Amino acid sequence: MAKTIFEIQSEGRKGYTLPKNDVKINNCIPKKFQRAQDIKLPQVSELDVMRHFIELSQMNHCIEKGFYPLGSCTMKYNPKLNETLARNSAFNDLHPFQSENTTQGALEIMYELQNDLAEISGFADVTLQPVAGAHGEFTGLKVIKAYHEANGNSHKNKIILPDSAHGTNPASVILAGFKVVEIKSNNKGLVDIEDLKVHVDENTAGFMLTNPNTLGLFETQIDEIAEIIHSVDGLMYMDGANFNAIMGIVKPGEIGFDIMHFNLHKTFATPHGGGGPGSGPIGVREDLVKFLPAPMINKKDDKYFLDYSHEDTSLGKVHPFFGNFAVNFRAYIYIKMLGAEGLERVSENAVINANYIQKKLEKYYDIPFKDQYCMHEFVASGVWQKEKYDIKTLDIAKRILDKGYHAPTIYFPLIVHEAMMIEPTETESKETLDEFINAMIEIAKECEENPELLKNAPLNTPVKRVDDTLAVRQLNVKFEL
Amino acid sequence: MPYISNTDIERKKMLAEIGVKNSKELLTGILGKFQLEDPINLDEAYSEMEITNKISELAAKNKANANSFLGGGIYNHFIPAAVDHIILRPEFHTAYTPYQAEVSQGTLQYIYEYQTMICDLTGMDISNAGMYDGASAAAEAILMAVRKTKKYKAVIAGTINPLYLKVIKTYTEDIGIELVIIPQKNGLIDLDELKANVDDKTGCVLLQTPNFFGNIEDAFAVEEITHSAKKALFIVAADPISLALLNAPSEYNADIVVGEGQALGNAMNYGGPLLGFLAATSKLARTMPGRIVGATLDADGNRSYCLTLQAREQHIRRAKATSNICSNEALCNLTAAVYMCLMGKEGLKEVADYSVTKAHYLAEEISKLDGFSMAFDAPFFKEFIVKTPIPASKIIAKLEDRNIFPGIDMKKFGYDNMLMIAVTEKKRKCDLDELINSLREVTNG
Repeated sequence: MAKTIFEIQSEGRKGYTLPKNDVKINNCIPKKFQRAQDIKLPQVSELDVMRHFIELSQMNHCIEKGFYPLGSCTMKYNPKLNETLARNSAFNDLHPFQSENTTQGALEIMYELQNDLAEISGFADVTLQPVAGAHGEFTGLKVIKAYHEANGNSHKNKIILPDSAHGTNPASVILAGFKVVEIKSNNKGLVDIEDLKVHVDENTAGFMLTNPNTLGLFETQIDEIAEIIHSVDGLMYMDGANFNAIMGIVKPGEIGFDIMHFNLHKTFATPHGGGGPGSGPIGVREDLVKFLPAPMINKKDDKYFLDYSHEDTSLGKVHPFFGNFAVNFRAYIYIKMLGAEGLERVSENAVINANYIQKKLEKYYDIPFKDQYCMHEFVASGVWQKEKYDIKTLDIAKRILDKGYHAPTIYFPLIVHEAMMIEPTETESKETLDEFINAMIEIAKECEENPELLKNAPLNTPVKRVDDTLAVRQLNVKFEL
Repeated sequence: MPYISNTDIERKKMLAEIGVKNSKELLTGILGKFQLEDPINLDEAYSEMEITNKISELAAKNKANANSFLGGGIYNHFIPAAVDHIILRPEFHTAYTPYQAEVSQGTLQYIYEYQTMICDLTGMDISNAGMYDGASAAAEAILMAVRKTKKYKAVIAGTINPLYLKVIKTYTEDIGIELVIIPQKNGLIDLDELKANVDDKTGCVLLQTPNFFGNIEDAFAVEEITHSAKKALFIVAADPISLALLNAPSEYNADIVVGEGQALGNAMNYGGPLLGFLAATSKLARTMPGRIVGATLDADGNRSYCLTLQAREQHIRRAKATSNICSNEALCNLTAAVYMCLMGKEGLKEVADYSVTKAHYLAEEISKLDGFSMAFDAPFFKEFIVKTPIPASKIIAKLEDRNIFPGIDMKKFGYDNMLMIAVTEKKRKCDLDELINSLREVTNG
């Protein structure tokens, strides 16, 4: 438990230096607009600040500290080279209103990244403007809206998605002004085609699907699904959260999808940053390019430029400028470092690693869907432990923290009881996976032998189990200064 | 292969455990006809040395060291060196979203401290853990107001950043929200027009101050008109640096305060990542979008932190969530938090004061030049607009050769012969004088 920075401060202490102000002008701001109450930011030294934040940092888990078996989040290693190269004032100090003459290097990177992502995904073009996965979903849904409106089909107001979808999917659908229609998954964990057919009609605007889906299973009926949706002129949207499974080996644009978003902070190794910044570019098929946010980055006679030529048909802007350039820059470096073969190996190794853990754990935890091999992740369930020992999956997750790992994604997807979604990523070694597997087996034994241990977990973390109910009941969201 | 740990031997062992001969059998077995036959077509993989050289070549094609007066929402304020040392700590840098509170106390506590400091600047009761940028924060504030008031008319000052307005349109146009834009008069919102347009159907009024032109709006007057309508909420978009000196929005009864937090220690990075901040009065807490951190206790009764009011969010509430936002700009929150700690109460005021005084010196001197004059006579903060004797685009092109970026050509936004000039504490008097002299030289004959 660390003091807050506000409890460290001392009146008059400073953590900065500024030169003397070499310009003197008085009364710039009319009295009426001057602040009545002085600000109370902390008064601390640079050393105070360093110690404080280093103390805080030591209470966090991170990739360099240990494994994150976190499903649908692709917590792979983030190459340090990308950080070094991205910390370059020739890029960091670029202002978005500079002329194109003075930003050719940045524009070239964006142009190349657009093209590389288009090639990787099999789409005609890509916009880099969305800054997060959910932002990409929203943008993609607005493309769907723009497409139907351009065709005089504004009655198309339904987006269909499976019950295994990420929470952002239905939330984005609502924000884009559509209705959500949720369909069932079948007993194999895949889209239930019969239920889909029941819900598809002429009001269907599109279908959102994560492929591989959130159970880590590749939707092998994707061509049939696409045919059904396309038969009513609906569009197929792919949530790219799980793209790490198929990158370089399947092109979504060639298997029936019309639009997809990428999560560069997952698949393309840009750091999660404790929740962001991410980047969520979207790719679309040829006839949808004109609806993308302006500007696109284009090239004419060896000069790169911001292309606003489709502004009339564009869905509008989703970001004031060109998206999260500094994040996109890191993804660009990652793609260049790996090349085509490297990206293929990423997917291959991600899939091997996931299947290996699943195989090794299947005797100890229920694996509800195992008719087909999983892709880059799989879903286990704590139902055996729940039924036999009254141990909740939350308890198991907290005990995993004690073993030095981050917990898997739990209670998601919603269609699996006591779900634990495990995604190892390609960057983890067999030794790490073996150690994790052993830890999971130990926990399974602890459930039997010492259930109290789990109910009290975690015990080895910087704080004990945190009371989130109390946090809601007695809302305290700022320190009283 | 870079960044992949396993060797062929290890892979073989693992494949044997899985029960397949090789990875081809595994992958083809799953993917069948959907698997690509030919490899994708990308550049040959680079080595670390090769990509480093390539990035140096690309860097040389940028010009990022000019004497620049560009603003328009993104500002080149000073960033203390210590900021980056903290940001680069992997424990912050590569950590996941703090859903598992027991191993995320570092992230959770800095967000709590960030929230506290945003509340201090704005005078609000509750801040969230940030939005994508100022524009999306403004858009989401309008959605909040609509949720709270069930009134679908949003009145927006025409003096707001036009790029915010574009994003707001994208966010609101398909869900039945009517946007009414109030024109400007002498660089400020036209209060008569505002009065004429605020009525019982109005869910909110959105005002930016200092506004896009740099002018300080009379938020007191706007508030009075806003709150004369039943239930309508007053949303203010503010520059956080300006809040060190200007009225806390609570002083004029703002209900929601948003803004662009890039200026708080984040580099400009060609416009992204940015940081939207969003804060509100406590009665609006449950309608807020995004993550919020709360203080609580752990099982031993010790102070600890966790994400709170999560029942608003998409991972719990799905279609009924207050927003679709998931990933935000957390590391930019950290940057802002560290920056605000380092600068502290006095530093932030000095930064604001330097920016204001230097801007006023520059405005005064440029106004003395032949053919130049201030476009408006309203009070302004660190940014202002001058009328130019020749098209601003010509001035910009000529000065670019001298490695000076004199400002933004307002023709982009519909104003001929106007240049918008931003000044921060980083500008020395000699930088200001260089601009003044150059403007004189390139417009004389």
